[in-house]
Amino acid sequence: MAQHSTGYTIGFAALVCVVCGVGIASAAVALADRQAENKKLDQQKQVLAVAGLMQEGEVLKPEEIKKRFADNIKPEIVDLKAGVAAQGIDPASFDQRKAQKDPAQSRVAPPNAAKVLRLPNNALVYKVVKDGKVDTLILPIEGYGLWSTLYGFLALDADDVNTVKGITFYQHGETPGLGGEVDNPKWKALWPGRKIYDPQGQPQIGVIKGQAGPAASDPHRVDGLSGATITSNGVSNLVKFWFGPEGFGPYIQHLKAAGGK
Amino acid sequence: MDKQTKGVLFDPLFNNNPIALQVLGICSALAVTTKLETALVMSIALTTVTAFSNLAISSIRNYIPSSIRIIVQLTIIASLVIMTDQVLKAFVYDVSKQMSVYVGLIITNCIVMGRAEAYAMANKPGISFLDGIGNGLGYSMVLLVVAFFRELFGSGKLFGVELFKTVNDGGWYTTNGLMVMSPSAFFLIGGMIWVIRVYKPSQQEKE
Repeated sequence: MAQHSTGYTIGFAALVCVVCGVGIASAAVALADRQAENKKLDQQKQVLAVAGLMQEGEVLKPEEIKKRFADNIKPEIVDLKAGVAAQGIDPASFDQRKAQKDPAQSRVAPPNAAKVLRLPNNALVYKVVKDGKVDTLILPIEGYGLWSTLYGFLALDADDVNTVKGITFYQHGETPGLGGEVDNPKWKALWPGRKIYDPQGQPQIGVIKGQAGPAASDPHRVDGLSGATITSNGVSNLVKFWFGPEGFGPYIQHLKAAGGK
Repeated sequence: MDKQTKGVLFDPLFNNNPIALQVLGICSALAVTTKLETALVMSIALTTVTAFSNLAISSIRNYIPSSIRIIVQLTIIASLVIMTDQVLKAFVYDVSKQMSVYVGLIITNCIVMGRAEAYAMANKPGISFLDGIGNGLGYSMVLLVVAFFRELFGSGKLFGVELFKTVNDGGWYTTNGLMVMSPSAFFLIGGMIWVIRVYKPSQQEKE
């Protein structure tokens, strides 16, 4: 390799940067729509799964997911502090995760066990409508486990606004086989039928160490994940947080006052 | 296929395996081998990146000023990795979600840079491309073997299909917790290196 002049070296570096930059930019632009579409589909799939509108392991084509979602699910923006539906925001374009990072649309969360750092002013919830009546509420939940923030949904019976109908985590980085077992369908199946609140209205549900009884006699406890105490505690903390006064507490109070919907 | 081409393409599988002999790139071999599916996608991604970075670097090898050659190689590799990540996100979203940061970490994979510096800088584009594929295959082989054992004994599955019914699902198989943790990949890779070196004593290091 010959020695090159400084000018040549700088010119070469600049050229490499331009060529690589153009390459990356064109890939990003060309694929952006497809990626956004995938993200949205994944979200809709998760909502359908937790609502029980899609069986475990069922493979659906993108069109089927979209159709099922549009037919059954009604998104709603909720003002977390006031606990009522927020007006003037289009649910189709609202991104809660983005809003949470935007200082204009969020606030610093009070210290909490779920290690949620910022609270969005508005949250995106989904309502499952059956025969013209709201059947299930699907609320977004998130919080810290062992390694990562777990993002998920919890489905709640809209009649008593207390009975769990399902839970799912669509994004987390917990240890596969241990904390990652939050994805295990057998474990998720332990949740339906359990109650979030005790008679005093405090969020009471939690993942315990060991085995809990059946939902009817032991409504506030869920089996722990063996080998994953910290992830289990994380799940307890995040569910308690999001159903407490800082999370969906006010919203649920309103729904209860209205006699459930 | 002449002898040289064959050697470049297949030597890295056993005779000169980048992981087993050169002991390069084992970091990602720990991270993405809990499941065969992620290991396979990672293998394809790494093979593609190595092949194309070798091709690109080799075609401009006579023009790269030697004072900045490493950073030029890195820029090219990084660009290819970002493009690969974009493609994965667009076409196999579910898998790319599981791989999270590890695709990006291909940039730091020693195999890619090692081949660029050691081979592509000194050889013609065509043969460099094949060298990239060959080394990618060598890496893939180790990754897939490790993932096979880790998924089978760690979760009782292969490619997500249940083979051993696990106790958690009401079956008989108690999963091996060690297999889902990263250190197990070290043991497996160590075992593989041992087997390969017993089979091919020429690879043993001199005392």
